[in-house]
Amino acid sequence: MIEDWRNGGFGLYVHWPFCEAKCPYCDFNSHVSREIDEDRWRAAYLSEIDRIAELTPDRVLNSVFFGGGTPSLMSPELVNALIERIREKWTFANNIEITLEANPRSVEAGRFRGFADAGVNRVSMGIQALNNPDLAKLGRLHSVEEARKAFDTARSVFKRISFDLIYARQGQSLNDWRKELTEALAMSVDHLSLYQLTIEQGTAFWERQRRGQLSGLPDEDLSADMYELTQEICDQHGMPAYEVSNHAEPGAESQHNLIYWRYGDYGGIGPGAHGRLSLNGRKHATVAWRNPGAWLENAEQGNGDRINDIVSNIDQAGEYLMMGLRLQEGIDVVRVRDLDPAALSPEQTNKMADLGLIWQNGNRLGATPQGRMVLNSLITELLPDHPE
Amino acid sequence: MRPWRVAHHATLTGPCFRFISAFMTPLSRIRNFSIVAHIDHGKSTLADRLIQLTGTVAERDMKAQLLDSMDIERERGITIKANTVRIEYPAKDGETYVLNLIDTPGHVDFAYEVSRSMRAVEGSLLVVDATQGVEAQTLANVYTAIEADHEIVPVLNKIDLPAAEPERVKEQIEDVIGIEADNAVEISAKTGLGIPDVLEAIVTRLPAPASGDPDAPLQAMLVDSYYDSYLGVVVLVRIMQGTLKKGDNIRMMQTGARYGVDRLGVFRPAMQNVDELGPGEIGFLTASIKQVRDTKVGDTITHERRQCEKPLPGFKPSVPVVFCGLFPVDANDFEDMRDAIEKLALNDASFTAEMETSAALGFGFRCGFLGLLHLEVIRDRLEREYDIDLITTAPSVIYHIYMKDGEQIDLHNPADMPDPSKIDHIEEPRIKATILVPDEYLGDVLKLCQDRRGIQLDLTYAGSRAMVVYDLPLNEVVFDFYDRLKSVTKGYASFDYQMIGYREDNLVKMSILVNDEPVDALSMMVHRDRAEMRGRAMCEKLKDLIPRHMFKIPIQAAIGGKVIARETLSALRKDVTAKCYGGDATRKKKLLEKQKAGKKKMRQFGKVEIPQEAFISALKMDS
Repeated sequence: MIEDWRNGGFGLYVHWPFCEAKCPYCDFNSHVSREIDEDRWRAAYLSEIDRIAELTPDRVLNSVFFGGGTPSLMSPELVNALIERIREKWTFANNIEITLEANPRSVEAGRFRGFADAGVNRVSMGIQALNNPDLAKLGRLHSVEEARKAFDTARSVFKRISFDLIYARQGQSLNDWRKELTEALAMSVDHLSLYQLTIEQGTAFWERQRRGQLSGLPDEDLSADMYELTQEICDQHGMPAYEVSNHAEPGAESQHNLIYWRYGDYGGIGPGAHGRLSLNGRKHATVAWRNPGAWLENAEQGNGDRINDIVSNIDQAGEYLMMGLRLQEGIDVVRVRDLDPAALSPEQTNKMADLGLIWQNGNRLGATPQGRMVLNSLITELLPDHPE
Repeated sequence: MRPWRVAHHATLTGPCFRFISAFMTPLSRIRNFSIVAHIDHGKSTLADRLIQLTGTVAERDMKAQLLDSMDIERERGITIKANTVRIEYPAKDGETYVLNLIDTPGHVDFAYEVSRSMRAVEGSLLVVDATQGVEAQTLANVYTAIEADHEIVPVLNKIDLPAAEPERVKEQIEDVIGIEADNAVEISAKTGLGIPDVLEAIVTRLPAPASGDPDAPLQAMLVDSYYDSYLGVVVLVRIMQGTLKKGDNIRMMQTGARYGVDRLGVFRPAMQNVDELGPGEIGFLTASIKQVRDTKVGDTITHERRQCEKPLPGFKPSVPVVFCGLFPVDANDFEDMRDAIEKLALNDASFTAEMETSAALGFGFRCGFLGLLHLEVIRDRLEREYDIDLITTAPSVIYHIYMKDGEQIDLHNPADMPDPSKIDHIEEPRIKATILVPDEYLGDVLKLCQDRRGIQLDLTYAGSRAMVVYDLPLNEVVFDFYDRLKSVTKGYASFDYQMIGYREDNLVKMSILVNDEPVDALSMMVHRDRAEMRGRAMCEKLKDLIPRHMFKIPIQAAIGGKVIARETLSALRKDVTAKCYGGDATRKKKLLEKQKAGKKKMRQFGKVEIPQEAFISALKMDS
């Protein structure tokens, strides 16, 4: 029997925690800082790469992902140095995907060539909206015009490009969204991440909502209509959803994110980065120090992780179930039951199948389009009862 | 009956507590009376003033509403149980009189207790708020007093307020009640104005106990009893004939039980021991009686050795008229609830409880009450004193079901309804409701009564107030009639009722089906003509009260197999996390697990989770 993680592959996530400005909807680990000692950060990252490489020898690496924060603010030299070290430590898969998240601004666009030369073969651009008033409301620093220019630059440099849009925004109508999404699909992308705006705790939007100052957000019905419309339009354009919020031409799916959803192994490098590493037959969940300064000091002293917990088989089954059901391809029932024999009892699955919320095909089980829209409730129903 | 607020264990020292004479008071210097008043007209305040002015309680021990002992009584400004106090008053004629006040409940639920207490006294003060005039409760209670042959002294309270209209209210008393009001005592219980006049009026205008021979065989009325955790059962007695002494062996004539008197005393209002009680006097005894249920209110107490010839007429025991299910929200609280209910029942003979099992709510009790206030009081005490969260199901009345085979069944719970094809006919309890209301709200009140299947019996005017009398089905009143009445009249109406018997009507059991399964706790008896309307209202309410599920849920009201109203709760449309990547696995899974644990705590009915509050909120009618 192969180790479970191999079903999902192996990747590295590198977190660059800095941004030029904090967006009001963002609850990611990002910080605004004017003075960044890149040399010091380089050394810390390299040290962490070395540490994880020692734990995971002889693995083929499927993906590297530079996320943030705004990793496009890193110098191409820094990115190059990290990729070089990674290449030394692991065997790259033939089709390795190396993604970097970029802001669609001229400053960053100027570095695209350098990133490509360093080995980045895919960019994910945070365009978020295709009209200026909404970009301003979302606190973005770019304009639509600037974003389009940056996109064109990226197009000339990278073969694979994805961008993010946020919808179900304040005051957005179904028609507004139809128009904007159609425009987005007309820009020749092979991958789109389409997120409904969610108000997360710890963000400026959360505070505004708490004070009753965030009006015009869609109700459950409009938000459901928008989601359904999104599926319909993307399907028509040959960009079906392969995950709840991610659309791609067949073959252009994000290999890196598939590792998460297929519950593979990933090393987390950088402030607040999470990892899942199967070592000596046990799955470890790691979390690095979240505060940039704290991470830097700890990484310099040999280990940037603050938490390293063992994930029980039962919890692995639950995590796989939760992540895997987000995918169109669904989950492998045998994998789940190998980890937790009590999971996915016929009683539970039949009930959900009767409601038309899941499909089953041999060993595979997935959420139907209807089930995916209520995935949280569906997962809640399918998670087995295990007394604390 | 419950202990008095002024602790009876308080040390009775200080100048105001004179030693009570060991000699019996002659009949001519005893006055026994009660106070009749509508809620908020100042009965308790007046009682406080009488006690205060005669120095019965030290100034420092005074607190508002001395006689209302329960928290609930104080909070709601109502008296639930009869309390008594002995006041010594040196009158203008130079004699010191013993005044025994029995403070009676004012609320309709306890009308029967009022009538019993009134049999133990000879006169009443009729307190009417000079700014408000006569109200429905005033009427009901004053008629009870008249029936008990009381002499009645009208007292106009709140005379100090600018809105007081003593002359108009006097006229109203004469018009509506039909008693002389010219010589009504005008007072302000709040400021103390006129209180001495009240005391004088009690002495000069109320009669002394009619007759009583201290040497005759003992004949004493058991007026009420309550449980005291230190003393056991305390029995409130009124001596009619003969003399009761500490240590006497007594016999309860109806139950035949025999006891030795441990302790004899009077309330001032704290307990004070005395050696003996003679004719006309009111006091208490303890006799190692274990449970309130061992005493029968209205029983005649006599001496074991020298019994009186004839027992007093006695009272009918009060019987519950309103029933509902009480269930613990947390099934683990059931045992605690059982203990609490047993304790309450020991002390309150009119409260009944039987274990009940509901498919929806699990184990609980079917409880019987004298009325809605009684229900609320018991429920509040369970929640407050025993710290148990409760689900209350729809209150129901007792229906008389006449079967085709001649059998008659008392139906307390709609869930126990027999097969309708075997029923010949059903009778329901009716009440005579008296409502006093300012003119401008009369239309709304009439509409409310008509909507509740009322039959108008009378409509008269007294000044700018209308008095309407309706024959109403009790089941239309038990749930939210009083709330609705208060709301359509902005609180200006007063309401009282008495049971007038049973009458046949076209009554059916309406079941509520959620996701095609009947929910027993929501079934109810309704009039056939009102079933569609009630059913629709219930279904609409439930649609709002039940959260969306992953599937659509039909909510139906049905009579037998026939659906008469239907709503559909549409399925949850969207509940999905937009972003979930490698860093989110732990946190998001914990959230979902928490959600799952939370759902397990809800009441699961079939595949549907119904929140607790739905069971009671669904029954409230908005129009």
